Amino acid sequence: MDVLLPRTLEEALEIKAARPEAVPISGGTDLMVELNFDRRRPDLILDISRLAELREWRREDGGLFLGSGVTYSQIVRELREFRPLVEASRTVGSPQIRNRGTVGGNLGTASPAGDALPVLAAYDAEVVLTQAGGRTRSLPWHAFMVGPKKTVIEPSELILGAQWRITRGPGSFSKIGTRNAMVIAVASLCLVIDEDRRAVRVALGSVGPTILRAPEAEGFAARALADAGTWDDPAAPLPAQAFQDFGERVAATARPIDDVRGTAAYRRHACAVLARRALAWAVNDRITKRRGL
Amino acid sequence: MLVRTKVNGEWMTADVWGGASLLYMLREHLGLPGSKNACEQGECGSCSVWLDGELVCACLVLAAQVHEREVRTVEALATDEGLHPVQEAFVESGAVQCGFCTPGLVVAVADLLTRDPSPTEAAVREALSGNLCRCTGYAKILDAVWAAAGRMREGRR
Repeated sequence: MDVLLPRTLEEALEIKAARPEAVPISGGTDLMVELNFDRRRPDLILDISRLAELREWRREDGGLFLGSGVTYSQIVRELREFRPLVEASRTVGSPQIRNRGTVGGNLGTASPAGDALPVLAAYDAEVVLTQAGGRTRSLPWHAFMVGPKKTVIEPSELILGAQWRITRGPGSFSKIGTRNAMVIAVASLCLVIDEDRRAVRVALGSVGPTILRAPEAEGFAARALADAGTWDDPAAPLPAQAFQDFGERVAATARPIDDVRGTAAYRRHACAVLARRALAWAVNDRITKRRGL
Repeated sequence: MLVRTKVNGEWMTADVWGGASLLYMLREHLGLPGSKNACEQGECGSCSVWLDGELVCACLVLAAQVHEREVRTVEALATDEGLHPVQEAFVESGAVQCGFCTPGLVVAVADLLTRDPSPTEAAVREALSGNLCRCTGYAKILDAVWAAAGRMREGRR
């Protein structure tokens, strides 16, 4: 097994063009487990953890670009205003894992339990892929991740990062697991309010073959907020039944299975509870004018 | 492949298999068995080390990734003058039973107290959430953290 240690993105992409079978490693929190347990023996590993180009994030044209090599610790330290993203990042593994694990790793592995993924889905993020010769393409998150651990990345490509339009409004990420740390989500949910478009966006993790959005429930919540006059006056109360109905509609979107971490029925129930709570937090945050992005 | 790394202040070279972890390199090539090998999947924290100053699980770092970089292990904590205050606090608080998790916990506590000399209990629990102990029930480990924090604030290293 060979390991190549490119110093620049250009060098890494040239290697990927010549040796598309090269398996990229950054934080190693997924790949090393497979190596340690002898589940995988790639001929060639490409260390992309030294590529400064992947470790940056920047604002551009009202959007945010988040490099694939940005670690969860870095997000918690540097991107505080993106509350749902920070909340999701804080639930990743442990401090040791957050110091290594990257957003690009979540995207590349494309597990439906990837903690950052429901947030990227709720942000309507695009995934940016690049290859040698400056050929770069952006795909909506749902066109990139097409199944459990399945993406449409080409062997010659690397994940450059994710990007999304920055919206104004509160949001949250919540996750169900057996304890607070070192836990793979049994179910997770990100809810984001887009004040300018008067929209509610909800994404679910670990309850389907890939991350799921709940468009019907999103439309219902936006209408409920309009009917109650809450968009104009955050203090105008939303009827209790609306929270209940919203939860049930979100749960109806889930496509969970029974597995070692939980049953489908439990997961569906968890989605309803998480959705209800997330909407209540958002409504309260609008009253206290907490900004969430 | 040859990996050249600064380990505990000294440049060292190891000829490792490409798929080897940093943990394997430390234990089997460099004679540093302080970092323990247990879960090999980042769950237990007993192989916690610093890589360029950041706390990581050595089992989840590919040895080749530390080429020309700096690693600090639990072996660097004690000096000729004695134990590190965190190690002293673990001994005095009875925070060690079988001892297997201890090196990782000592490293994680030292990392926390260097960054945050007066942590809240919540911060301590979060900082140690990646380190499993199957003996103590953690109460004495928390005692040791408070004792170590006191010692370090007094300036005993």
